[in-house]
Amino acid sequence: MNMMSEAAVEKVLDRKMNDISYKMIGKDVSVYYGEKRALYDVNLNVRENTVTALIGPSGCGKSTFLRTLNRMNDTIDGCRVTGRITLDADDIYDPNIDVVELRARVGMVFQKPNPFPKSIYENVAYGPRIHGLAKAKADMDAIVESSLQKAGLWNEVKDRLQEGGTGLSGGQQQRLCIARAVAVSPEVILMDEPCSALDPIATAKVEELIHELRANFTIVIVTHSMQQAARVSQRTAMFHLGNLVEENDTDKMFTNPDDQRTQDYIMGRFG
Amino acid sequence: MSQVSPMSSTHPAIGIAARPERRDIGLGRRYAAERRFRLYGMAAVAFGLLFLFLLLFSVVSKGYTAFQQTMITIPVEFSAEIIDKNNERASNPQKLVSANYPVVARNALARVLGVAEDDRAGLKAVNGMISDSVRVQLRNLVTANPSIIGTTQTVTFLAHGDLDSAYKGQIDLTVPETSRKVSDRQVGWMNQLAESGALAKHFNTGLFVNGASSRPEAAGVGVALIGSLYMMLIVLALSLPIGVAASIYLEEFAPKNRFTDLIEVNINNLAAVPSIVYGLLGLAVFVNFAGFPRSAALVGGLVLTLMTLPTIIIATRAALKAVPPSIRSAALGLGASKMQTVFHHVLPLAMPGILTGTIIGLAHALGETAPLLLIGMVAFVADVPATPMDPATALPVQIYMWANEAERAFVERTSGAIIVLLIFLILMNVGAILLRRRFERRW
Repeated sequence: MNMMSEAAVEKVLDRKMNDISYKMIGKDVSVYYGEKRALYDVNLNVRENTVTALIGPSGCGKSTFLRTLNRMNDTIDGCRVTGRITLDADDIYDPNIDVVELRARVGMVFQKPNPFPKSIYENVAYGPRIHGLAKAKADMDAIVESSLQKAGLWNEVKDRLQEGGTGLSGGQQQRLCIARAVAVSPEVILMDEPCSALDPIATAKVEELIHELRANFTIVIVTHSMQQAARVSQRTAMFHLGNLVEENDTDKMFTNPDDQRTQDYIMGRFG
Repeated sequence: MSQVSPMSSTHPAIGIAARPERRDIGLGRRYAAERRFRLYGMAAVAFGLLFLFLLLFSVVSKGYTAFQQTMITIPVEFSAEIIDKNNERASNPQKLVSANYPVVARNALARVLGVAEDDRAGLKAVNGMISDSVRVQLRNLVTANPSIIGTTQTVTFLAHGDLDSAYKGQIDLTVPETSRKVSDRQVGWMNQLAESGALAKHFNTGLFVNGASSRPEAAGVGVALIGSLYMMLIVLALSLPIGVAASIYLEEFAPKNRFTDLIEVNINNLAAVPSIVYGLLGLAVFVNFAGFPRSAALVGGLVLTLMTLPTIIIATRAALKAVPPSIRSAALGLGASKMQTVFHHVLPLAMPGILTGTIIGLAHALGETAPLLLIGMVAFVADVPATPMDPATALPVQIYMWANEAERAFVERTSGAIIVLLIFLILMNVGAILLRRRFERRW
C-alpha cells in the first residue's frame, strides 16, 4: 500500500511535466460508516484549475467522496476512511497534517446556503480573521470586497454590508457562501450540489461564477443535474453504488462514454 | 378514442357529469371528534386558570394587609425617673441598656388615653396595646442620644400584633370578650386613638428589613431575603459556568460511547432525584465532612447548586442540539477549529435557550425548601447575615416557619411572604423572557 502510494506520488510529478497537473489524488479510497461500506476503492485524480463534476444516482457515494477531500467526514461519528488522498503530494490523512490547515486550503460550499446569522461583512471576514490573513481593517475591507467581487455579489450588496446575511435571497446567500469560501484563498473549492436549492436564474449565475473561479481555483462539484455537469465541468466522474464507474473528459462522457452504465445513466435509463 | 370523435356521436351536447353516489367517509364523526377535542382542551385550560386564579386570590386577599402595619404616634416623655433613677448613667453605661423602656411607652400612652396611674388593670390593658419591640426602639433612641432623657419626643412605634389584627378587622368582635385577644376597653381606646390620628396604618417597611421575631408585628423577611440573595448568587456563580462547560463538553467534544451514554442517563436521573436527598447529601458532605457552618447560606447555595446543575445541563444540551448542524459545517469548512466553531457560532445561537434554562433552574432553586430544612436553615435568625457564612434563612423556609405559628397576625404575614416570593419569581421569569428576546433579535 505504501509502495503504491509512493509510486502515485511519482506519477504526480510525471504528470506535472506533461502539462496536466493533479491537484489532488485519491488512491484506493474506501469509506465506512460503522459497518456499512459507502465507497469501494475509488481511484480519482483532480486536475489543477479544472472543474471536476461528480455525478451519479442518489446514495452512490459522490458526496461522501467529496467530503473525504477536506476531511469533513471526520465530524461524523463512526466514519472511517482508508486508502490515500494527497493534496500536492501531502497525504491529507497523515497524522502530521493539521485538519484546520487542510480546510483552509480546501474550502467547501454546501448544498443548502448556510450563511452565519451575522452581517454580510462578518460572513466573509470570518475566515480571514480566524486565520489571521488581514492585519489591519483596510486589509480586511479589501479581502471582503475582492471576495464578494469574485463571487459576483459585490454590486448587489456593497451598500448593505452590515445587514444580515440571512436576509439575502437564496441565490445571493449561496454566492455569499462562495465568497466566504473564496475569502480564505483556498487552493481547492469543493461544492456539494450548490444549486439544488436555487431557481434557474440563480443557478445560471452560480454556474457562470464557477466558470470564472476556475482560473484561480481547482473545483470539485457534486451535481444531480447532467446538464449542469456538461455546462460547467471539464472532467466528469460517474459514481454508482459506491464505485467509480468512469472518469473522463466531460465532452467524451456525454457523447461517447466508455461504460454502458454511464451511457444508461446519462440517457435517463436509471437513477 | 373513437367514441369521442364527432363522427360517431349523434348528440354532441355538453352536459354535467352524473354525480356518483356519495360515499360515507365519516365526516360527521370526524368533525364531532375535533369539536370534542377542542372542548376538552378549553376545559383543561379553564380548569388550570380557575385554580391559578383561586391561588392568587386566596394569597393576595389574605396577604395584602401584611404590607401595612398599625402604628401609634404619640408624645413620649423620656422620664429620668424611670430610665435612670439614681443618675448613674455616666459611671455605668449598662444602665441605659437595661432600663425599663416599655414602662416609658406605657405611661405615655396611658397619659394620652387618660388612664390613672393607680389603675393597675387599666395600665396592663394599655401595655397590651404596645408591641414589645418598643423596648429595643426606645433603647436605641436613648443610647444614640442620651440627652433626650428628661425631654418629651414624638415617637412612632408599633402597635401590638393583636391590636393590629383588630384594627385591620381580622378579629371577630362579636365573640365574647373573654375568648378573644383584645378587650372591649382596648377596642374603645383603639377607636379613640384612630379618631385623633394617633393610631394609623403605615407602609410596613419592617416586613422587608426585620429578621425573625416571636412578635408577629416585628417579624419580617429581611434575613430570609438576604439569605436567598446569597444563595442565588452562589448558585448562579457555580452552576452556570459548570453546567454550561459540562454540556458543551458532552454535546460537542465528548466521544459518543457507552460511558458518555451512562453519564447522560445519570444526569437525567439526577434531575428527578427528590430535593430532600440533596439536602441529606449537603448535610453529610458540606456540613459534617467539609465542616462548613450549619444554617449558612454558603451551604444552602452549594446544595441548591447541586440540585440546579442537572436542570441547567439538560436545558443547555437541548439548546446546543437545536443549533442547525449546517452552521457547524460552515465554520468547520472554513477551517475554524472545533473550539472556535463552538464559541463563535454555536454558543451564541444557543444562548437564549441556555439563559432560559438557567433562570428557570434558579427560580426552581429560589422556591426550594426541603433541602434547606436538613442543613439547618430552618432557624430563628434575628440578625441580618453579614456574610454567606453567617446563619440565615430563605424565603420559602420563612414561609414554612410562619405557617406553623398560631397568632392571627402571622397568617397575613405568611401570605405576605408568599406574595414577595411570587413577585421575585415573576421578575425572574420576565427577565428570562427579556433576555431571550434580546439575544434572539440579533439574528
